[in-house]
This record gives sequence, structure tokens and C-alpha cells, in this order.
Amino acid sequence: MIFRIVAIVAGLGLALAATAEAQTPRKGGTIRMTAPYGSSFTSLDILTTQRAQDEIYAKALHRSLYIWDSAAGKPVLELAKEDVVSGGGLVHTFKLRDDAYFHNGRKMTADDIIWTYNRIMDGTKAYPGARYVRVIEGAAAVEKGQAKEISGLKKIDDFTIEMKLTEKVEPGFYFWNAITSIYPADEAAKESFLQKPIGLGPFKFVEHVPGSRIVLERWDRFYKPGKPYADKIIVAVMGEAAARDVAFRNKEIDTSVLGPAQYVAYQNDADLKGTVVEVAEVFTRYMGMNPAFKPFADKRVRQAINHAIDTDLIINKLVKGKAYRATSWLPLTSPAYDKAMKPYAFDPAKAKQLLADAGYPSGFEFEWTTSQNESWGLPIVSAVIPMLDRVGIKAKVKQVETAVLAEVVRSGDYQAFIYSQASGPDPQAALKCFHSATPQPACNYMNFKNADFDKIVDEAGQADDPAKRTQLLQKANALLYEEAPVWFFNYNKAVMAVQPWLKGIQLNATELTHQNVEDLWVDETSPAK
Amino acid sequence: MLSFLFRRLLQTIPTVLAVVALVFVLFSVVPGSIVSSMSDDADPQVELRLKKQLGLDEPVYVRFGSYVAKLATGDFGTSFRTREPVTFMIAKRAWPTLQLIFAAMAFSVVIGVPLGFIAALKPGGIVDTLAMVVAVSGLSIAKFWLGLVLMYLFALKLGWLPSFGYGDGGLKYLILPAVTLGVSPMALFARTTRAAVLEIMTADFVRTARSKGMSETRVVKWHVMRNALVIILTTVGLQFGALMGQAVVVEKLYSWPGIGSLLVDSVLQRDIPAVQGSILVVVLSFLAINLLIDVLYGVIDPRIRYA
Repeated sequence: MIFRIVAIVAGLGLALAATAEAQTPRKGGTIRMTAPYGSSFTSLDILTTQRAQDEIYAKALHRSLYIWDSAAGKPVLELAKEDVVSGGGLVHTFKLRDDAYFHNGRKMTADDIIWTYNRIMDGTKAYPGARYVRVIEGAAAVEKGQAKEISGLKKIDDFTIEMKLTEKVEPGFYFWNAITSIYPADEAAKESFLQKPIGLGPFKFVEHVPGSRIVLERWDRFYKPGKPYADKIIVAVMGEAAARDVAFRNKEIDTSVLGPAQYVAYQNDADLKGTVVEVAEVFTRYMGMNPAFKPFADKRVRQAINHAIDTDLIINKLVKGKAYRATSWLPLTSPAYDKAMKPYAFDPAKAKQLLADAGYPSGFEFEWTTSQNESWGLPIVSAVIPMLDRVGIKAKVKQVETAVLAEVVRSGDYQAFIYSQASGPDPQAALKCFHSATPQPACNYMNFKNADFDKIVDEAGQADDPAKRTQLLQKANALLYEEAPVWFFNYNKAVMAVQPWLKGIQLNATELTHQNVEDLWVDETSPAK
Repeated sequence: MLSFLFRRLLQTIPTVLAVVALVFVLFSVVPGSIVSSMSDDADPQVELRLKKQLGLDEPVYVRFGSYVAKLATGDFGTSFRTREPVTFMIAKRAWPTLQLIFAAMAFSVVIGVPLGFIAALKPGGIVDTLAMVVAVSGLSIAKFWLGLVLMYLFALKLGWLPSFGYGDGGLKYLILPAVTLGVSPMALFARTTRAAVLEIMTADFVRTARSKGMSETRVVKWHVMRNALVIILTTVGLQFGALMGQAVVVEKLYSWPGIGSLLVDSVLQRDIPAVQGSILVVVLSFLAINLLIDVLYGVIDPRIRYA
């Protein structure tokens, strides 16, 4: 009996040890990621480019003051160890890391952060990160050429920096993405930096073959002990989904983003089903309605459209389930998402009644501007048109390129458009897009104006208690649902296929392809050992 | 010969100017701009500054004048996207494109010309029928589809070749893109060669050669082949230009770092200087190759003289 107990305990011990070993990250190997968004990398100067494609390699090469923590669903300190808040929530004193080294071997100091943020605010260069750094007091003056340095940034000592903000906001949401990456002040001013960038990230630059790949290798002086695990990272530019599919099946790449058709194919393939990871990204897909177009000025018409469309049918049949039904604006992964909310019911009779109440018993006609995007473009519009037709609304399609659609949306030169817009990660910033003080070209694309909504959002901005703030944001989100400035279509379900040997993938709701690569590792079954 | 070359070079100037003007005007009137394509979520203030910085707030004629003035000094301008000189961007992409086009051309000539020749020697036979089936198929198949089929077969099923990428620029990475690009000209060369050979075989001078007792091998080698070469050479010259354009699809499919993929990326993002530079390089290459072909005519056929 005793022998059996000892044997069982020993067996359990061995099993646990084996499990622990299986989960222990392995050092070495090459991670082969893909950059799936169409075109080549824009630039090796990451401060100049705000494209998801570029941020894929930037996550390996660069670091910002904060980093996105996918598990926590929020930005957390990265280049600083501590943030002491004072001055009524407007002053942040950051105690910086004293062990962060640039890839040229020089230690990062407060001067680098100040230099970088001043550079971003150079008004003659139009850096996209200016929209975030502008939250620091005095940054706008630098942008306008009225000052040389941001007055709200003060170096206390080499590893302490004080940042005074213009608004009471969580700075993490402003300083976590790649367009606010910290550069080495001395090196970044040189011409050569554009060809051989230097950063603080876990991997250092080796090679860029334009239109094909970027190669990076482990930076041994990275500040997180024992990381990164892999020796090398290759990020291949692969815009063609079918080519990516072959390469993934052929084990030439470790990750691949899947579209709706491939999502179904992979789920139905026993060998590939286990490779699929998915997350609700912070993007809301919708049809925006211009209130300047008379029928859309009436809330009942906008609600009627939400009732007239069988959204679930489109998501299930056309988008192949690669999306989550939108209930209102804030997405599933938003901290202010209200699980109790229900989407508009598919109810054509109610839609007809609402149209009749609004004075359109016979419906009306509108022009619908769309791109060709398979998930939120022409195929969706084509499916919706007959549904609207059933309640008497005729839609004429105006097809444009995606880049043109962006201009149309910002200029307000439309009756209706279909689009995908970031609705997170910061719920306050996402809802502020509907504030009447937000200009249309900024992100208030439907030129939404509602005094009650403004009041709630303003209150949320002033709230010190996070729970109270969340409650107010949920209220604002519910008001948007009621006002229906858009047809709430879906929240993007980002789907990526990941080879079984690649471990540590994070379910990043801001963009699934953006991985904190220092946490990734490949086991011994990887073909690129 | 020198005066001929000089005249031909002079003739290229209006062509180049027309292309420059056309591309410039086209991208000035089509909707969309680099500013809107840089981000889905850009800040309006930044956009305005970006427009100013890139000179997009100036009238079209001012921008055109400035562009042509720079071009006259060999300056293709600075890319809106990468903020690098366009010449530098093109230089980085030129070698992979040349590799791809020459490899595709070599494949198509080596397979297509003999195929057409053999088919013409016994018209209506099995070889001729098979060769023409291959030729017609080659001309009809879409490159994108063919590329995927080749990837599936030679990379995924047989495991002989990588399915994508440039690697170290070595042969194993080049084969699939080159074959994908080369199948269509191969088919064209086979058809052109067959037609040319069939026509020459019935010419008076061939009949005379045969009647003088010359062996069939010598007739084909000295009379038929040499005369057919002029027609084949013309087709090859034209196909070089066509391949520069067709490489766009193949480069994107295989993640090949050439001028074609640069052109597509630049068009999509409205990077006008890079679009203009890439198109200009394609046009100049086309003109240069055709000039070279004209010169080669005289070498192959001494009857052709450059008056």
C-alpha cells in the first residue's frame, strides 16, 4: 500500500516536472512572423509612420514609455519603474529604468525622452505621434514654432522626468504605441539612422530588404532578465492571403492572419484547427449616416436602419463568423463595455413603422460610399441593400479606394459610408470622438452633436474614481445606442494562425499582430531552430 | 551607326516627357492622397502640416515645374512615404527586378523558341499540336493563379522550393517567380517562332537552297534559323517591356523586393514621387532594350543598314 502511494506521488511529481519543463521557455531559434497588411514597410523611422504594418517590426526594435499588456487589457509602464501622480492628476513624475540600453550600447536617460518628444512635436515634420505628445503642457507651442522645447517636460535627474499634462488623462493611453518610441538623441539625428535604426527593444536591426523582409537579432543587453528568448526574428511582408496560406501550411512562417474564408477553412481542417487564435479587437465596423442628409437627421430613421438589417445573418454567412455582433460603439474588450446591452433586433415591421413615424412611409433613397474591403466594404453593402429595400429604402453604391474613403469620411462628403474605426483601447478617447467639441475630421465622422452625451463624457473625464468613470462611459455608450448615429455592424474578430511550436502569443485586442516579442519563444520542433 | 543611335536617343525625349506629364497629371486628379493613406486615424492638424511639408498645398503647375526641374538634374525627388530619395529606393529594388526579368526571359526563350521550332518542322504533328496547346494555355493562364499552383505543387507538395521570399537572392528563391513570369512569354515565343519558321520554310530562297542540294540541317541552320531570329528578337524586345509591367503581380505574390512591388505600394499610398520614378525607370528600360534590339538587327541581318 505504502509502495503504491509512493509510486503515485512519484508519478505525479514526474508528470508535474515534465509539464513544467514543457512550459519552460526555450532559448534560441528564429521566429518568423508575417506583416500581412498589403504593402511594404513605410519607413525605418517609426516615428513617421502610423500603420499597423510598421508597428509589427517596431515591437521588436523599439520601446515606448508604456507598453500594451494584453493580459491586463491596458498599457503598463515599460521604460519607467514608477509614476507618481500629483498636481491634481496633471503632474506625473516618472522614475525611469536605469538598465535600458540602446542598441549602440548607450544607456537611456531622461534626455532621450525629452529629445524624442520634442522631435515628435517638430511642426515642420508632421510626426503622427504629435496628437499624443500634444497632451503635455507646452507641446503645442513647440508644434507651432512658438517654443523650442516642451515646457511641461522637466528632467529632474538622469533617470527622473516630470511630465505636466493639459488634461487629466491616463498617460499610458498616450505613450504606449510605436509612434512615440524613444530614440537615442545622438544617433537619431544622423542620416544613417534611417538605414540602420537603433532602439531600446529586445531585438536589434540587422537587415531590411524593402518589400520582402526585416531581420532582427537578439539584443543581449535588453533590460528584462533572460529575455528575449529567440535569437532572431524575421518579419516577412506578405500581403497576399493565399500565398501566406501556402507558406503557413509549408511551415515557412510561424504566424499568418486569416480572412473570413480562410478562417472557415482552418477551422474545418483537423491539422490546422489547433493553430487558430482569435481576439475581439478594438475596432467597430459600422455604416455612418450623415445628419446633414435630411432623412438621417431623424433618429427614428437611423433606428429603422438598425432594425431593418439582419446583422447576425451577415456576420454568420458573409463574414463567416469572423466578427462579434456590435451592441453599441464600445467593443467587447473595452473596460467600459456593458455586457447587459442587447443589439438592435432584426425587425423589418418595426423598421417600417419607425420610417412611417418619421414621415418616410415609402422610404427614401441614399448614396452609400464604400471600399472593396471584404469585411466591411462592398460585399457587406451588397448584402444589406436588399434588406433595406424590403422596408422601402433604396441604396445607391458609390465605390472608392480605401485611401479615398478615408478622405471622404473626414471631409463629410457623403450621405452614408461603411467603415472600420478604432473604438479603443481607451473608452474615454473612443467616446470623445462623438463629443460635439471634436471636429469632424478628427474622428467625429458623423458630426454627432448631443448635449446630454457631451455632459456625460465631460463628467467621466473629471471623475477620479475609475468605477464611477466606467459607469458614466457605459451611460454614454448606451445613449449612442439609442441615438444610433450609425448602423452598429460588428466588432472585429482578429484571427491569426500560429504554428504549434511558437509559444507565448498574446491576445492583443489593440492589434493581434502586434506582439511583445520578448515573450515569444519557439520549441525544438520549429523548423527554424 | 552613331548618328542612328543619336537620333534614337533624341526620339526618346518626347516619350519620356509625355510619360512624366501623364503620370503627374493622373495622380494630381485622382482622388486620395498620401496624407489620407498614411493612417486610418490621423490627426487633422498633423495632416495639414504634412500637406505643407510635402508641398501638396501648392498648385499643380508649380509642383510639376519643380518636379521637371529636379528631374532634369537627375533628381527623382524624395519619397512621401519613406522620406528617402527615390533614386535610392529604386536602386535597392533594381537588381531583384533585373534578376527576375532576365531569369523569366531566359526560361521563356530557352523553352519557347525551340518548342516553336520543333513544332514548325512537322506542322500538324503530335509535337506541333502539343506545343500549341501548351502555348495557348500559357498565354491564357492568369499569373496570380499559376503562381499559387506552382507554390502549392513545388513548395507544399514536393517540398523542392521555398514558396515565397527573396532569401539570399539565390536560385532556389528565383525559380518559382521566374517560371510564373516566364510562362506567358514562353508561350508567345513558341507561337511566334512557329509562325516565323513556317513562313520562311516556304520562301523562295529556302526552296533554292534545297534545290541546290543543301542538306535540310544546313537549310534550317543557315537560312531558316537566321531569318527567323529577326522576328524572334523583335518579340523578345517587346516582351522585356511587358515583363517589367507583369512583374508587378509576381513580385507581390512572392514577396519579391523589386520595382514592381514598389510601384504597387506607391500607387496605393499615393506616393507620387516614387510612382513617377518607378514608371520612368520602367519606360527608360523599355526604350533602352528596344534600342539595343534595333542595333542587334544589323548584327544578325547584314542587309539591315542604319541610314
